[in-house]
Amino acid sequence: MIELHNICKRFGSKIVLDDVSLKIEDGETFVIIGQSGVGKTTILRAIAGFFNPDSGEVLIDGIHMDRATSRVKANLREKMGFLFQSGALINWLSVRENVALPLVEHRIGTKEEIDRIVDEKLELLQLTDAAEKMPSDISGGMKKRVGLARAIVRNPRIILYDEPTSGLDPVMSAKIDELIIKMKNELKVTSIVVTHDMESAYRIADRIAMIYKGSVLQCGTPEEIKNTTNPFVRQFIEGRLHGPIEV
Amino acid sequence: MENIAKEKSIYSFFHSIGQKMLYQIWFSGFTIVLFFKALLQMRFAFAKRREIVKQMYVSGIKSMLVCSIVALFGGMILSLHTGVELKRWGQQDVVPTLMINVMNKEMGAFLTGIILTAFSGAAMAAELATMKVSEEIDALEMMSINPVRFLVMPRIVALMIMLPTLSIYTVILGVFGGALISYFQLGLTFEDYYHRVYESIWLKDMYVGLLKSLVFGIIISSISCANGLIAENGAEGVGRATRISVVSSYLMILIVGYFITALFYGGFL
Repeated sequence: MIELHNICKRFGSKIVLDDVSLKIEDGETFVIIGQSGVGKTTILRAIAGFFNPDSGEVLIDGIHMDRATSRVKANLREKMGFLFQSGALINWLSVRENVALPLVEHRIGTKEEIDRIVDEKLELLQLTDAAEKMPSDISGGMKKRVGLARAIVRNPRIILYDEPTSGLDPVMSAKIDELIIKMKNELKVTSIVVTHDMESAYRIADRIAMIYKGSVLQCGTPEEIKNTTNPFVRQFIEGRLHGPIEV
Repeated sequence: MENIAKEKSIYSFFHSIGQKMLYQIWFSGFTIVLFFKALLQMRFAFAKRREIVKQMYVSGIKSMLVCSIVALFGGMILSLHTGVELKRWGQQDVVPTLMINVMNKEMGAFLTGIILTAFSGAAMAAELATMKVSEEIDALEMMSINPVRFLVMPRIVALMIMLPTLSIYTVILGVFGGALISYFQLGLTFEDYYHRVYESIWLKDMYVGLLKSLVFGIIISSISCANGLIAENGAEGVGRATRISVVSSYLMILIVGYFITALFYGGFL
């Protein structure tokens, strides 16, 4: 289980997270929505332990990520995969080498075992044909799939997705959504997805939380969000220009 | 009112100077700590041999043409200036001694340092900065892969090897440039020139020159990697990291070069 208790974070004079509390159950797909720059990615980065909050706690299975030593942090991160917005592939390594990287660097298994695991993940994400290509030779959608293959290569229990469908065409977005659902059903992973894409959010979410100005405005099932009476959430999910949200 | 505005502008002037000084102190500390972290990671150098060799190729072999031209023409300019003047006094025989001394003690390491700052240091800073702003370094951390071991250590080791190696090459070519001028302009034979060069080689000059080039290699790679690792704000940040790493490396090469010279030739050792 992932728990965030009263997280506050300020970068310079800007308050990015203001008393955020969330509880994400094991095996749940939890979607975080909100405008750009309201602190959605910062929540993911707090869970991944990229920074310590100014106040509050981040707990992964009861262990403090916010006070973790680098060794504990590394152990906690072994349970996690992170799909970055751009894919964050190492540009001088091929698709296969990128996916194999965590296994090679941590010397997990023999070369044959690593090849077998990598082939399995590439097949799951339909990337077998692109295995020997370089990141510069593949499309944005493929880069995200390679990033996802790399994120799941060590069979993490938690996957953090940072805008997995941004910049993709609707067909590719649906493909990525299908993969997220597949991860949940086949690998039983806990997923936290940051997105602006409401169609995608409704498709994949067990619960949705809307963030506004660094705070959680509403948290509920997709149905509850669809039928909300909160004017801020309504304006956002309907994509209206006029309303209480300052643009 | 006017006085208050004046006081405010004075305050903000000193405030910005203070902030810049604090940042420089922090950055110097960060660079030094980064180097020592890389030093600790050198126990994995054998496992990272492929990356080290790749970096050696990029910094060393690819920069050889530029090194050759700079060393040859640097040597020719140096010997031309001194030789023409000395010839007026019938002292052109001193040119070989002068050339080997200057190249060994100072110019070999200095010229190579300047070339590799522009050639490899800038590339290292830009490459790491691009990786930083495109979240690749965060991705490494997320996979529990130490960026110092994966990225910084191979680059530092590569320049620690390549800078002294290229420095020797620069000395040889610089001295050869001097030989060409001595032969065509000053009337010395190649045999006489190299005989005098051989007589004027001092072990201390050689090891001081090599020590300088080793230190320059550490300075260039550490500063460039540090600037790359702290880059932010997209393409602008990449440009800034590259620019600052080149300027800082140049300045540090000059300053540290002086102190090494003062240490070994200023009566301290």
